[in-house]
Amino acid sequence: MDITVNGTAVAPPDDARVSLLDMLRDHLHLTGTKVGCNQGACGACTVLIDGRRVLSCLTLAAQAAGREVTTIEGLDPHPLQAAFVERDGLQCGYCTPGQICAAAAMIDEVRAGVPSYVTADLSAESVPFSRDEVRERMSGNLCRCGAHNGIVDAILEVADGSTV
Amino acid sequence: MNPVQYRRAESVEDAFPGAQWRLLGGGTNLVDLMRKGVEHPAGLLDVTGLSEEIAASDDGGLVIGAAARNSAVAAHPLVRRRYPMLARAILAGASAQIRNMATVGGNLMQRTRCAYFADAAGSRCNKRAPGSGCDAIGGFTRYHAIFGASPECVATHPSDMAVALAALDARVNVAGPGGTRTIPLAEFYRLPGDRPDLETTLGADEIIVSVAMPASPFAGASAYRKVRDRASYAFALVSVAAGVTLRDGVVDDVRIALGGVAARPWRALRAEETLRGTRPTDEAIDAAITAELASAEPLPGNEFKIELVRRTTVAVLSELRGTPA
Amino acid sequence: MSRVQNAAISSVRTVLGWVPDRWLPSGSPDPLIARQQEIGRPTSRVDGPLKASGRAPFVTETVLAGQTYATLIHSTITRGRILRLDSTAAEAAPGVLLVMTYRNMPRLGIVPMASLTNLGAAGNSALPIMQDPEVRYNGQVVAAVVAETQEQADHAATLVEIDYAQEPAATRFEDAKAGARTLTSILIERNHVSVGDAERELRSAVHAVDNVYRTPRHNHNAIELHGVVAAWDGDALLVHDSTQAIVPTANALASLFGVAKEKVRVISPYVGGGFGGKMMWDHQVVTVAAARLAGRPVRLRLTREGVYRIIGGRSPAEQRVAIGADADGRFAAMIHTGYSVMPPYGRFPEQYTLGTRAAYRSKSFEIIQRHVDLDIVPNTFMRTPGETIGAFAVESAVDELAHVMDLDPVELRLRNLPDRHPLSGQPFSQHAVHQAWTDGAERFGWSRRQAKPGTVRDGEWLTGLGCGAGSFPYARMPGANVRLTLRRDGSAEVSTAAHEMGMGTATVQAQHAADRLGLPLEQITVTLGDSALVAAPIAGGSSQTVSLVAGLSAAADDLRDELLRLAGPDSPIAGLKAAEVRLADGGLVSVADPARHDGYREILARAGRDEVTVTAAGSPPLEMLKYSMHSSSAIFCELRVSAVTGEVRVDRLLGSFDCGTILNPKTAAGQLRGGMIMGLGSALTEETLFDERTGRIMNPSLADYHIPAHLDVPPIEVMWTGIPDPRTPMGARGIGELGTPGVAAAIANAVFNATGKRVRELPITLDKLL
Repeated sequence: MDITVNGTAVAPPDDARVSLLDMLRDHLHLTGTKVGCNQGACGACTVLIDGRRVLSCLTLAAQAAGREVTTIEGLDPHPLQAAFVERDGLQCGYCTPGQICAAAAMIDEVRAGVPSYVTADLSAESVPFSRDEVRERMSGNLCRCGAHNGIVDAILEVADGSTV
Repeated sequence: MNPVQYRRAESVEDAFPGAQWRLLGGGTNLVDLMRKGVEHPAGLLDVTGLSEEIAASDDGGLVIGAAARNSAVAAHPLVRRRYPMLARAILAGASAQIRNMATVGGNLMQRTRCAYFADAAGSRCNKRAPGSGCDAIGGFTRYHAIFGASPECVATHPSDMAVALAALDARVNVAGPGGTRTIPLAEFYRLPGDRPDLETTLGADEIIVSVAMPASPFAGASAYRKVRDRASYAFALVSVAAGVTLRDGVVDDVRIALGGVAARPWRALRAEETLRGTRPTDEAIDAAITAELASAEPLPGNEFKIELVRRTTVAVLSELRGTPA
Repeated sequence: MSRVQNAAISSVRTVLGWVPDRWLPSGSPDPLIARQQEIGRPTSRVDGPLKASGRAPFVTETVLAGQTYATLIHSTITRGRILRLDSTAAEAAPGVLLVMTYRNMPRLGIVPMASLTNLGAAGNSALPIMQDPEVRYNGQVVAAVVAETQEQADHAATLVEIDYAQEPAATRFEDAKAGARTLTSILIERNHVSVGDAERELRSAVHAVDNVYRTPRHNHNAIELHGVVAAWDGDALLVHDSTQAIVPTANALASLFGVAKEKVRVISPYVGGGFGGKMMWDHQVVTVAAARLAGRPVRLRLTREGVYRIIGGRSPAEQRVAIGADADGRFAAMIHTGYSVMPPYGRFPEQYTLGTRAAYRSKSFEIIQRHVDLDIVPNTFMRTPGETIGAFAVESAVDELAHVMDLDPVELRLRNLPDRHPLSGQPFSQHAVHQAWTDGAERFGWSRRQAKPGTVRDGEWLTGLGCGAGSFPYARMPGANVRLTLRRDGSAEVSTAAHEMGMGTATVQAQHAADRLGLPLEQITVTLGDSALVAAPIAGGSSQTVSLVAGLSAAADDLRDELLRLAGPDSPIAGLKAAEVRLADGGLVSVADPARHDGYREILARAGRDEVTVTAAGSPPLEMLKYSMHSSSAIFCELRVSAVTGEVRVDRLLGSFDCGTILNPKTAAGQLRGGMIMGLGSALTEETLFDERTGRIMNPSLADYHIPAHLDVPPIEVMWTGIPDPRTPMGARGIGELGTPGVAAAIANAVFNATGKRVRELPITLDKLL
């Protein structure tokens, strides 16, 4: 079973140890997906599988067979990208593709009414697009340069503006 | 990481591949441990194609397929309505990305985050290599147990979800070559004793099929509170899952389960017993959890958990007390 | 420390011998300060779209023909030697090309140790790299495995069998204090400062505080892992690196491997975060050696654990700060002493007392740092070295004194601000700290603070306000070369072997070039990150921007001279001398008569030239010799502490800065916020767990070393006085590190205000507040 990467069918690697992250970067040269820890702890490797955000470092490529993988290259162009630049939601730029992939999926999650740990009423059918909600939902994507304010601003701008 | 085979299970019957194989859920813990040299399976049997159904049961409860993703459970309307404590616990765990990957079965089977356990190259660990010693004792114990530990192992179970499941009296449905059986969550995890490598009562050739929860009287008055070193995306120092029902201002039923304090979610049965039938004043709650903590044995470096458990439990229950059941 | 000191001082002496021509201690300010157009605009970073699309090439994106993959093996003991090393199974494993150990590693010398001024050195450790079976610290590299794929190399590394003979190791800070060393100097400052009799003044002071403050190890934790791709072609060496020291790394590798400097090329266009951690360590040397032995290009990407094992971070420290004051709060005694770790094979003294020397007036001073020797990976600079932890101690102490005196802590600081350097008596080049404090206090709403601790409560949450000061010295490096190419189409290219690791280097220098040359911003391109370009110093000490501004400014002068020559007799500016023209409006213009103007396009067209290229270095940084040059901050914090759990939640941070001209308010705000967030992390969550029983770091992971996550980071307001420094290029001073110092103290002081609990040991974890 092939893996669909940004719309293109790709055969899974022969070596079952190869992570989705290493397949993307080292085999397919889709290097927009970054490796920050290879421990599932930083979010830099975030991609979408069947539209949901996951960590590609802890996903074996074989697990993605039969599924659709979308990387930053597949999202491009996305309104979040321009918003990140405009709001200076980046500095070194290394965590940025992972932040943007995570944010794109996160906006969908909020619109679908999926709650978070900071949502007051878990039984409510819709959740607000507040700064606290965005901060909690993006906490799996670490940034060391300290672009957090700009990242949250960019996401709120895109989400409020319904430009997605 | 050693060379490894990979295949997908087509059915539960297909899912007993042999001793050298491991079942693979989301992989969020297993793949990491393989990379760290802690786990060395010869093969990985991907069981995420098995049941991920979340369905109401006839008795007003809920059955969750073992392959259901954590995020799907937390977002499910029935879970949010009937078991908000469970939804909150799952949402407290890890990150959205990891919750999208992790399965319910995998969550229950995850290993401790003890740093000495994870350090295959440089630290001794009886859980990893039985009989080798425990470097955690005398080391950094912030995330280690205060209940039920042994001289061989002081590790804690890291799951948030399991703490809520313990409070909700969940049962784990398992299947093996000999058929199926049900294990109450309270009996699912072993305390370390002299065999910390044996973590659950699941047989070596058994697989978790689903988790079943009875109808809960606590939907409206339950909570999960996680206390940690970072505001988000960190394991619990201490967590409290609690639910309470009152009748005429007196505790009718109460559940308290603690996370981050033992090798299993710690049901505070003594505290529950003490509280049942009493008026849940702050003093009564305090006395109850203090009674529970009488059996705690903190390590040098995690003594603060005694006070933290006490205060957090009092705060959670006193807030629930004010919530209409 | 004498080697670094000597290097620095000799460099200063060298530059003193040069003829200065700009920003002279007695000279006039950069004229461009008064003519800002693009400078000062909130331009979005020019490489933003590339980064946001994932197309910015970081080091491990590199793929060379025939590339192989390496994995390191780290020592699991702390001190001893390798007794037995069996690589048979690893060598026989699929895909393995090379197992490199001390036995077959090429014989190499010691990596030249980094200093602020030496373009030929970038090292952090004076230990030999895989030259012998000795182990000097836990995690040291003992072998490297090279294979056809990363998976094969990783697996084969697990097959190498190593037995060690262990020897006793020094791993306990408290035990090692007895043997602490006292260095003569800390960087280029005298270590021991004694003015008056501070202990006696302290004893007789009307008000006094005297406490010990402890701070833990920290790691930089740039999100990008360190990586190298190295390839030999004969005696030519190509290295793709992630480094904040491009030219020094190239020069050091040339000298280590015995090849000519021009044969080594280091490329590093984008660095995924540095913070002091991306200098030269063992991994570059091992990769280059492996590439030579394997005869193939080799890529090495450190694991996250590997970064903790072989890249040092911030030293732990124990500082005593004692302040004595008269009845009005005027300081009579300032005592700042302490211990930090620096092994003899390290060179970075964690200069936590340097900020203290310039911060406040005092009748007497007693300052000295002592260094503890442990068997550890050598510590290094980490964002705002010294000041970060020094300011935590001193600014906590000032807050404690204010509390003792029942005086507002802002007022106490204002009463003690110096009007010239308190020790040297040198004038400040520019110093508006008072304004930073008063502006910041007003914007923040400091007057809302309740002086009595523990009195503001909202449900289970206790609210507190706190403040703290930070400072960072100005530095400009000699040797910042810039090549400037002006083309006939009116475009210009600025190139230099400088670094982009998030500071916005290309953006700000493009803005600068636009103003310096009088060209539209769109006409400027900036090329960085390649040792084949003209040499630039390290990106360190928050010095890169002003160093490049000086270099570009000098190049612009040369360009002016060259264009004057090319303009010829038919030019509207014919006959004017260099001093009588300036670059503006896309050409040369007469200073006296702006109507006399000759466009660049016209000059080049008449001269039949497609382009003009000049290269120049910035003038010697003599301004640093005559003036005391510091940027300063006033940091304000509002937070909540749970009365139940002791959890701290920071709700607001405000930084008010006095740091010269702000070149780009958007990227500057980002850098200042970023520094403040690192301070937030140091205050509340960050600690490298070093197991003193074994000497092993036990949280080598981003899951267990807690850098702030989004939910930890509140909205952060930044503001600045914006007053240009008349002694610096463009009036600017560095801001990359200024955000951090003062934040931890502001948070600790706010925690005290909220709870009445004084925490003198970082991080302020909840157990300290229960």
